[in-house]
Amino acid sequence: MIRYVIRRLAGAIPTLFAIVTLTFFLIHAAPGGPFDEAQTLPPQIMANLRSAYGLDQPVWIQYARYLRALAHGDFGPSFKYKDFTVTELIRLGLPVTLKLGGAALIFALVLGIPIGTFAALHRNSASDTAVMTVVVAGLAVPSFVVLPVLALLFGIHLHWLPVAGWEPGAIRDLVLPVTALTLPPLAYIARLTRGSMIEVLQSGFVRTAVSKGLPLRTVISRHALRPALVPVAGYLAPAAASILTGSLVVESIAGLPGIGRYLVQGALNRDYTLVLGMVILYSALLIAMGLFVDLLYAWLDPRIRLER
Amino acid sequence: MKGGPWREGGRRLFANPGATAALAIIAVLVALALIGPWLNPNDIEALDWSRVAAHPGFAHAHWFGTDRLGRDLFVRTLEGARVSLAVGLVASTVSLTLGLSYGAIAGYFGGRADDVMMRILEILGGLPLIFFIILLTVVFGRNVYLLFVSIGAVGWLSIARIVRGQTMSLRRQEFIEAAVASGAGPARIIRKHVVPNVLGPVIVYATLTVPQIVLFESFLSFLGLGVQEPHASLGTLISQGAGEMEAAPWMLLAPGVFLALLLVCLNIFGDGLRDAFDVKERR
Repeated sequence: MIRYVIRRLAGAIPTLFAIVTLTFFLIHAAPGGPFDEAQTLPPQIMANLRSAYGLDQPVWIQYARYLRALAHGDFGPSFKYKDFTVTELIRLGLPVTLKLGGAALIFALVLGIPIGTFAALHRNSASDTAVMTVVVAGLAVPSFVVLPVLALLFGIHLHWLPVAGWEPGAIRDLVLPVTALTLPPLAYIARLTRGSMIEVLQSGFVRTAVSKGLPLRTVISRHALRPALVPVAGYLAPAAASILTGSLVVESIAGLPGIGRYLVQGALNRDYTLVLGMVILYSALLIAMGLFVDLLYAWLDPRIRLER
Repeated sequence: MKGGPWREGGRRLFANPGATAALAIIAVLVALALIGPWLNPNDIEALDWSRVAAHPGFAHAHWFGTDRLGRDLFVRTLEGARVSLAVGLVASTVSLTLGLSYGAIAGYFGGRADDVMMRILEILGGLPLIFFIILLTVVFGRNVYLLFVSIGAVGWLSIARIVRGQTMSLRRQEFIEAAVASGAGPARIIRKHVVPNVLGPVIVYATLTVPQIVLFESFLSFLGLGVQEPHASLGTLISQGAGEMEAAPWMLLAPGVFLALLLVCLNIFGDGLRDAFDVKERR
């Protein structure tokens, strides 16, 4: 298995390289540059500024320099956040985003799987219909609508929770954003679990277990759950992607100092290094999640072989 | 193609009360989006300085209230809904066309071509496409056509995969062999025999992607990357409303509720459609 992991990680390098190259030339092809707002500066200072960041060089030399620095683990200085390197910005923001996204993913799994199992066990009953209708609503309503409405209700009208803001370590600040981020993946996981659980419950080995006289609880936890979770595992990578995307807006609405704002702000400001750093970070997170999912597959369903 | 399976699927679809109700609500919302702006005397760009940030109500002509600039929210919400629906339709068509051609070609030729094409799909599927679209829209300006195409470009991967699978099983059937034997070229066979036969399930699947696309467009507009002023999409309105919600919650609730209702109904209807037509899930 370790060999498999190493091979997969090595295989990720060309993918990341392609992503870096594509992003680099895309953002450099954009009209405008990082110092457009500073047009009032004397031309000499402007020229010094550009040469200090290497912007006076041809694009391919900038590209080669960037790759060289990257190979040494250096994402370069940010163009807009003066005195900050991209690595520092990531180090400041990433823990907040990971806390937010990790909590959302865990809550979605911990709540979604039992809800889906419950609906599957009560298939086509009134409670199943009720639960699944709520689930569709959770799936459909985007987090950038849910979060302001929650803030309106719990923050402004009831004064239970802060509307927005962030004090390091305060759980209260995270409740509403995490709730908003959790709902869509939770709903999707509940639906997936319900569907696959219904299928598994009809299969031979589950009927055998039931006819042996095992209590339903044991049948579910010992026999049915593991195979029923295979599609859920497959959804984890898209779920991580959608949570990261969602955190772009959720962080900005809730005023959290995560990395969400850097991608869009960086691209709007032509902050080349920051955008590249963000794209690399997001891609690496998603690639790692994909690898984790494949390992999980093999654990959930031993018939799946890792080596190909 | 016509007749039997379609009629039976339609019957199953309308036997599902949830899907039927959702379809009815979608019809009302679409009709509102299309004719709504003429029901109300206000214009989307007109500024009513005597009623800035007015409450919703029927005492004056601003049924959903007005925004900070005195623009009518009823008209702006419906205008935004129209934009969102247009993006949903056009982008779905783009991804349908792309996915259909790509999947049919890969599935029909098989072998090495198929291997390479599927490998490309796999790599594209592994990329954080959404982040690239954000970059594209930032970099190349707020071009509406670019928005349509780039959103459509996200959805086509799974459609291509479905079409390929279906094409591969069609490939072995006798009517295709007969077409090959009578000298028809691959382009003709794909166009005349493969595409019509895979179109049904694929259209059903494309319907399922419409709410995702509508959602994604509002997401981009929320970030300020989509539709630009003076025009509005539901996402733009929600973003503006979220900034004002303490003083004027209706600015958030009018477009927010409209979008939520639209997305919920599109999802329920899509589910009903899939249950009614998807052979695999019928038991």
